[in-house]
Amino acid sequence: MDNAFIRINNVSKQYRGTDFLSLDDITLNINRGEIYGLLGPNGAGKTTLISIICGLIAPSKGEVFFSGKEIHKNNRAIKKIIGVVPQEYALYPKLTATENLLYFGSMYDIRTADLRLLITSHLEQLGLLPFAHKKIKTFSGGMKRRVNLIAGILHNPSLIFLDEPTVGVDVQSKKAITDKLIALNQDGATIIYTSHHLREAQDLCSKVGIIDSGKIIAEDTPANLISRIDKARNLEDVFIELTGRALRDYA
Amino acid sequence: MHKFIASIKKEFLLLLRDPGGMIILFVMPIVLVLTITLIQDATFKSISSSTIEILLVDNDKGKLSDEIQKSFTEIDFLDPISVIDGVPLTETKASQLVASGAYQLAVVIPDRLSNDLEKQININITKILEEFSGEEDSLKIDMIKEKVSGKTVKLYFDPITQETFRNSVIFAVDKLIAKIETKSIYEVFEKELGESEGLKSFNRDHFVTYQQINPSLSGESIVPNSVQHNIPAWTLFAIFFMILPLSLNVVHEKRQGTFVRLETTPIRYATIIAGKAFLFLLVSVLQFTLILLLGIFVFPKLGLPILEIDNNLGLLYLVALSSGLASIGLGILLGTVFHTHEQAAPFGAVLIVLLAAIGGVWVPVFAMPETMQVIAKLSPMNWGLEAFYDCFLRKGSIIDILPEIGLLIGFFISTIVIAILYYEKKKTI
Repeated sequence: MDNAFIRINNVSKQYRGTDFLSLDDITLNINRGEIYGLLGPNGAGKTTLISIICGLIAPSKGEVFFSGKEIHKNNRAIKKIIGVVPQEYALYPKLTATENLLYFGSMYDIRTADLRLLITSHLEQLGLLPFAHKKIKTFSGGMKRRVNLIAGILHNPSLIFLDEPTVGVDVQSKKAITDKLIALNQDGATIIYTSHHLREAQDLCSKVGIIDSGKIIAEDTPANLISRIDKARNLEDVFIELTGRALRDYA
Repeated sequence: MHKFIASIKKEFLLLLRDPGGMIILFVMPIVLVLTITLIQDATFKSISSSTIEILLVDNDKGKLSDEIQKSFTEIDFLDPISVIDGVPLTETKASQLVASGAYQLAVVIPDRLSNDLEKQININITKILEEFSGEEDSLKIDMIKEKVSGKTVKLYFDPITQETFRNSVIFAVDKLIAKIETKSIYEVFEKELGESEGLKSFNRDHFVTYQQINPSLSGESIVPNSVQHNIPAWTLFAIFFMILPLSLNVVHEKRQGTFVRLETTPIRYATIIAGKAFLFLLVSVLQFTLILLLGIFVFPKLGLPILEIDNNLGLLYLVALSSGLASIGLGILLGTVFHTHEQAAPFGAVLIVLLAAIGGVWVPVFAMPETMQVIAKLSPMNWGLEAFYDCFLRKGSIIDILPEIGLLIGFFISTIVIAILYYEKKKTI
C-alpha cells in the first residue's frame, strides 16, 4: 500500500540548451497533512521541482505520483485539487481584489454565489474585506501577498504549493499569512512550501527537504535536522553547514 | 463554458480600464482612415481639378506656342503661368523655381517650334501631293530636301512629385501636342488644296472616342471614388493592427505571472485564448462599425464622398469578421511565441506594415512586379482587401467572396492550432 500523498521517483530535469541537470535523480515522498519545506539556495532546483509536481513542465526522466496517480497522465484532474501560490503577484493590477478572485475562482467548479461567499470569507479572515473593491495596483506588498494567497486556495485544495509566500511583507502580513497556512493545514491541506526565511520554515514545517545543485541533500523534521548537526542551534545553521557559505549567484 | 465567459469578462474589464489600449483600438483606426482618405481625396482633386500652377516658358513666341498656352488653360487641373513679377519666364528661372519646390512643373516650349513644325508638315504634305500628282516643282523639291531638326518640349518636375502626377501631366501634354499637330496638318492641307467644299466638309471631330465603364459582378455600373477605395484598404489595416495589442496582451499575461497561475488551474490554453479572441473579435466588429458610420455620416460633412454600402452590409460584416479572426490568430500566435514586449512590439508593428504593403493596401497588386503579385496572394490582408473590393466596388455576392472568406478563416484556424501546439511543445522543453 502506497502511503505517500506525493511520490517523486527518480526525477531528473535538463533544460534544452543547458549542459547540466537542474534536477538530478530526485526521489521524495510527501505524506498527507504535512507542511513540507523545500529549502535551498538560489538556483538549487526548488522552482523546477515544484513546476514538475504542479504539472507545469515535464521531467526529462522519472515520474511523479499524486495519490497514486501519475501527474502528467492525469494533469487536468489533479489541477482541480491543487492550489498554487506563486512568488510573484500573479494578479491583474487593473482589476479589484474581488474581480481577480472571481476570475481565478471561476476556473473551478464552484457556483458563483458560493464563490462570492468564499471570497468574502477569505478576505475577511486576512483583513482585506474593506479593500475588496479596490484595484490591486493600489495595494501594498503585504496586501497583494494576501490576495495572492487567497487566489490559490479559493477552491479548498488538498495540496497547496507556496513559493516564498511571505517574501517582502511586513510582520503583520507575515503573521496573517502563516496563521492562515496553519489553519489550512489543520483543515486537512497538505502544503509544500519554499522559503528563504529559515526561522519561519523551522516554526511552520513538519518536514524539511534541503535541495542543492538539483539533489536532495538532507530530509527530516526540523528538530531532527538540527540535532544531526554538531553545534547547530537552528535550521539556518544546518542549512549553512550543508550548503556552504559560498555565494550562489547565477545568471 | 463559465470559464470562457469569465475569461471574456476579465478581458473586457482589462480593456475598459486601459485608456491607451482603447485609443489604439478605437481612436487610431478612425484617425487613420479619416486622415488617409482626406489626404488621398485632396491628392485626387489636385490632379483632377485646375489647382496646380505650372510654369510655362515660351521660347517660341509663335502661333503654336499661343495655341499651347491656350490649350493648357483648358486642361482642368493645370493653371499655366508664363510671367512672374511682370517678367516673362526663362528656362533658367523656371528650372530654379521648380528645383526650389515653389512649383511642381515647368514646361519649356522650344525656340522656333511654330516655324519648324509648320515647315516639317509642309515638307511631308508636299511629298505626298507630289507623289499623287506626278508633277515635279523644282522649288518644292529643294524644300523637301531641306532638313528640319526635331523639337523637344522640356518638362521640369519637382523631384518630390509622384509618378502618377508625372504620368498625368505627360499624358496631357502629349495629347495636347498631338492635337495641335493634327490641326496644323489640316491647315496646311487646306492651304495646299484651296478652300474646296469637300475639304470644308471634313469631319474634324474624333472618330474614335472612349467611354469609361466600371463593370460590377452584379451587372450595374459603379463610379468608384476615393472613399470607396480607401475605406476597405484602411479598415483592413486597422483590423490587422489588432495584432499588436493582442500579441502584447498575451505576452503581458505571461510576464505578469497570472498566466503561470492559470496554467496551474484546470483551464485549457485554448479556453484562455478563446476568451481573448472573442473580445478582440467584438473589438474588430466595433471598429468596423465605427468606420462605416464615419464613412456614411462624417465624410460627407467634411466634403468627402459618402461611403456607399448598398445592400452589402451583411457581406461587409462577414469580411470584417473573417479578417478580424485572421488578425486575432496571428496576434495570438505572436504572443505565444514571443516572451517580451521588446520582441513582440517591433516585430508585430513591422509585420503589419509588411502584410499591408504586400497585400496591396498602398500599391494595388496589379501594379506590383510579377513576383510580388504572387507573394501578395499569400498575405491575409490581400484576401481581406479583395473580399472588401468585391463587396464595395464590384458588388459581388457571397459566392464571389467565399474563397477569400475561406482563406481568412483557414488562416485563423491554422495560426491558433500552431499556437496551441507550440505552447504544448514548450512545456516539454
